[in-house]
Amino acid sequence: MTGDGSALHLVLTGDPGLFAIVRLSLLVSLSAVLFATVIGVPAGALLALTRFRGREALVVFLNALMGLPPVVVGLAVFLLLSRSGPLGEWGLLFTPQAMVIAQAILVAPIIAALTRQTVEDLWVEYQAELTAMNVGPLRRIGTLIWDARFSLVTALLAGFGRAAAEVGAIIIVGGNIDGFTRTMTTAIALETSKGDLPLAIGLGMVLIVIVVVINALAWAARRAGERFAG
Amino acid sequence: MIMRPPALDLPIMFVAARVVTGAVTILDGVTLTIARGHPTVLVGPNGAGKTTLLHAAMGLIPVSGGLITWGGRETSHPRQRAIVFQRPVMLRRSAAGNIRYALASAGIPRDSWHQRTMTLLAEVGLADLDRRPARRLSGGEQQRLALARALARDPAVLFLDEPTASLDPAATKAIEDIVRSVSARGVKVVMSTHDLGQARRLAGNIVLLHRGQVVEDRPAAEFFAAPRTNEARRFIGGELLV
Repeated sequence: MTGDGSALHLVLTGDPGLFAIVRLSLLVSLSAVLFATVIGVPAGALLALTRFRGREALVVFLNALMGLPPVVVGLAVFLLLSRSGPLGEWGLLFTPQAMVIAQAILVAPIIAALTRQTVEDLWVEYQAELTAMNVGPLRRIGTLIWDARFSLVTALLAGFGRAAAEVGAIIIVGGNIDGFTRTMTTAIALETSKGDLPLAIGLGMVLIVIVVVINALAWAARRAGERFAG
Repeated sequence: MIMRPPALDLPIMFVAARVVTGAVTILDGVTLTIARGHPTVLVGPNGAGKTTLLHAAMGLIPVSGGLITWGGRETSHPRQRAIVFQRPVMLRRSAAGNIRYALASAGIPRDSWHQRTMTLLAEVGLADLDRRPARRLSGGEQQRLALARALARDPAVLFLDEPTASLDPAATKAIEDIVRSVSARGVKVVMSTHDLGQARRLAGNIVLLHRGQVVEDRPAAEFFAAPRTNEARRFIGGELLV
């Protein structure tokens, strides 16, 4: 990867260094969203349907977690994974896996909080019917998640947006190592500080295009799904 | 015609049942027996307690006082009961998907889902719309689908809360035909309506509710021919009961 080409040239010629960064960025962010979804969607649905002492406080806390500062999460994960930390033996610090963990921690509360709201709204609508059909608690959760699936796409997109744009956490736990843990956002930060603006701009263009394309695909999938499934 | 085995949930007996929400008494000492036979139709003005009585009979809301028993049992766990709400909510899936969901919830073996789904859809005249998203059906079609979904539970008692409210005459006739058919095969239908003509057409028994109390509970022919109470006479005469 060279710093002397124009941003557009780097993108159009498929600069291997640039696209390795793009590939890693997508891999990390999509993996983080996947893990956050597996945790956040059921957790949000469970919170939507259960009533217990302190639930309101938990909802407020969960909503507050949507604004978690990435650098704080990065620092916490760094301390966990550092050689002297409780999970130091895993040897994950400065690896893409560490970046996935950090981003998943950032994204899971967003997905959980938005799922909680979506499922709770649908539960208000479905409660009488599902109760009359004698549907048990676990099946209720499954039904509500399935029937809210098109709305939940928005939650996943919000999570992906957070992950794709995030730099503070992954630069701490990933180390921004060239060819190993360098992503679009960390590379943009680095190249800008080095004065290699064409590469930084090229990466920025790719990042924006990816976010737009993924949102467009999700929107199309949602529209198609709503048309065929109601 | 398929005749049903004895209904475990019948008779449903209300004994001085009260339902109170906050400071409002919705059912006030209702004593009533809903037994096997022709449809029982609840009539009365808005706020009389018809919907609450149906929900309590279904076991969806507890009584604040008195007692309700189902086939002599006090447990409200619905075994052979199904209800169609006044505004049924369609699940976000196809018409057939809504039926399959009800079959699954009722514990019906999966290998019979397809046949039963198509049979139920045919029974309510929706066989051609099996793949259509349920929420895209018309109001009358949704009401018929809700009926089919309730019947998927193979209920011995079917509660219908104003099943034809806001439907046109053709859709109303379709629903009434289904109710007659369901009743003829031994399902006990308990329904509420504002439509006295509908009550005449369908009811075996009429229960007139007013201010949360049962004012009359009699065979339909007797109720309309010789109402005993002043409220019943006024109601049949089209006067407003307030």
